[in-house]
Amino acid sequence: MTNIRLIKKLDSDILFEPIREGFGKGLVSAGKTNPQVVAACADLTDSTKMSLFKSEFPDRFFEIGVAEQNLVTVGSGLAAMGKIPFVSSYAAFSPGRNWEQIRTTICLNDQPVKIVGSHAGVSVGPDGATHQMLEDIALMRVLPNMVVIVPCDSLQAEKATQAMANDSRPNYLRLAREATAVITNEQTPFEIGKSYVYREGKDLTIFACGSLVYESLVAAEVLESEGISVEVVNVATIKPLDQKTILSSVSKTRLVITVEEAQINGGLGGAISELLSEHLPTRIHRIGMQDRFGESGEASELIKYFHLDSNSIVSSVKELLN
Amino acid sequence: MSLYIENLKLKADAIRQDIIKMLEHAGSGHSAGPLGLADIFTALYFNILKHDPKKPDWNERDILLLSNGHCVPVRYATMAHAGYFDVKELLTLRQLGSRLQGHPERLRLPGLENTSGPLGCGLSQAAGMSLAMRLDKVKGRYIYVIMGDGETDEGNVWEAAMLASKYKLSNIIAILDRNNIQIDGPTEEVMPLENVVAKWQSFGWKVLETDGNNIEEVINALNFAKSIENSPVILIAHTIPGKGVDFMENDYHWHGTPPNAEQAKIALKELRTLRGKIRSESE
Repeated sequence: MTNIRLIKKLDSDILFEPIREGFGKGLVSAGKTNPQVVAACADLTDSTKMSLFKSEFPDRFFEIGVAEQNLVTVGSGLAAMGKIPFVSSYAAFSPGRNWEQIRTTICLNDQPVKIVGSHAGVSVGPDGATHQMLEDIALMRVLPNMVVIVPCDSLQAEKATQAMANDSRPNYLRLAREATAVITNEQTPFEIGKSYVYREGKDLTIFACGSLVYESLVAAEVLESEGISVEVVNVATIKPLDQKTILSSVSKTRLVITVEEAQINGGLGGAISELLSEHLPTRIHRIGMQDRFGESGEASELIKYFHLDSNSIVSSVKELLN
Repeated sequence: MSLYIENLKLKADAIRQDIIKMLEHAGSGHSAGPLGLADIFTALYFNILKHDPKKPDWNERDILLLSNGHCVPVRYATMAHAGYFDVKELLTLRQLGSRLQGHPERLRLPGLENTSGPLGCGLSQAAGMSLAMRLDKVKGRYIYVIMGDGETDEGNVWEAAMLASKYKLSNIIAILDRNNIQIDGPTEEVMPLENVVAKWQSFGWKVLETDGNNIEEVINALNFAKSIENSPVILIAHTIPGKGVDFMENDYHWHGTPPNAEQAKIALKELRTLRGKIRSESE
């Protein structure tokens, strides 16, 4: 039973669209609402879909070139003068390359720069390990003042982008390259700092983020037909964690799996483990990248190869319940 | 020389004395850079900058970014003399709970424009500020960025140099503290920077040079820099590290070291008497 109050029925015709597409649309609408919204990119304007903002507001867009350190520090300066800068690149380069600049000139300096890392996860595909950013959640999550958002589909990315424009803190938005199932609808709520129960269950909770929320929901439907009741929670904001929603789900199910297209060390799996070990010690299994890099391949192949697909999630749930 | 300039020189000397007292009291910190920059800071805060110590957030103020954050003692001392806070507070430098952090933190002290320490970021921040001002059609506000010469080893600096040139950010005036030393030794041994003038020119910047320890020359150069349109300007200010204290001048070992009590006493006497030129009342 999918919670259709919050999301679409999975058996209806599901549209697939890249999550980054939603970011591009969300940035245009944020730009229309708020004239202080500006954007800068490091030579990946089409890929990150910042191109939509650039065509709408050419004067408010700045091309920085292949210079990610400059990208975020220019962002710091724009924010210091009252702008709301969105700065984008591939996640492997930003925040991959410019972490210290983000730490000093954005987080410690407390400037509300919006860092947008596209092409995160192994689903980047054929480009291979260098471009498949897996450590960004961990890198951004440890920074004081930073907010970490991982939308599950393009529609949620659009809402998240608009919400970020109204948030006074530094934010990190994680996006994926591949077309992803659009499982939310216009009415699905999104608020920074909230996790959402997309499917109720009683035997086990899956905490998932990004495109793997969909895989988790599919897994939960399969398991239901076998008499296993799984709760699926979309942890769309990884920092700050929605402790209330997470703890209330776990106190019901007392068994947890986390699912992410990132390193489990320090990623969503790390975040949930930290919370539960302090507040509600619970057996937990973390699905994600197991302390290794990705490699070239087609996105769908890689998701299966690294055991991130719905079938792998089904197997993990069964193993854990036995 | 005008009485006015003579007074500014005395002001710079007083700022140097406070730098020595602060560093000796803190027991750690950087000596050479702050002493070398005292004349430039005096010129900025007492002549060049449009600012109001009672309204640090005044929205028409000029911006002064200290990119080489380790030189912040000179900024604190100059700000105190300019009226941002009581000079007594200077002795809290680097202490727990102080607004005067070892490296500057914008949120701690009104009047600071940026948090810095890790090098190479100030010019990029200036570029962002300048782009924002252009969007808002702001006229007549300047952004001054003080950078160390060793700092320009950082690639981030040159990324910013290209951007400021691309967008012709002419309200940016960078001041390069060319004192020829960095922590590991002379700059030309650690990582040769020459030809500094040609490097910046080739990046599309207008380059000026001055004696950075001559207040009158610094003021003239900065006023000229303000008049330049269509490109960012960098003023290469040749300074003497440790300026004003004989045993510190031009010795790179003083880059990151404070004076002890005995050394501070000698240094203060030298500064008070302007190297024996005048009698000090406190002797």
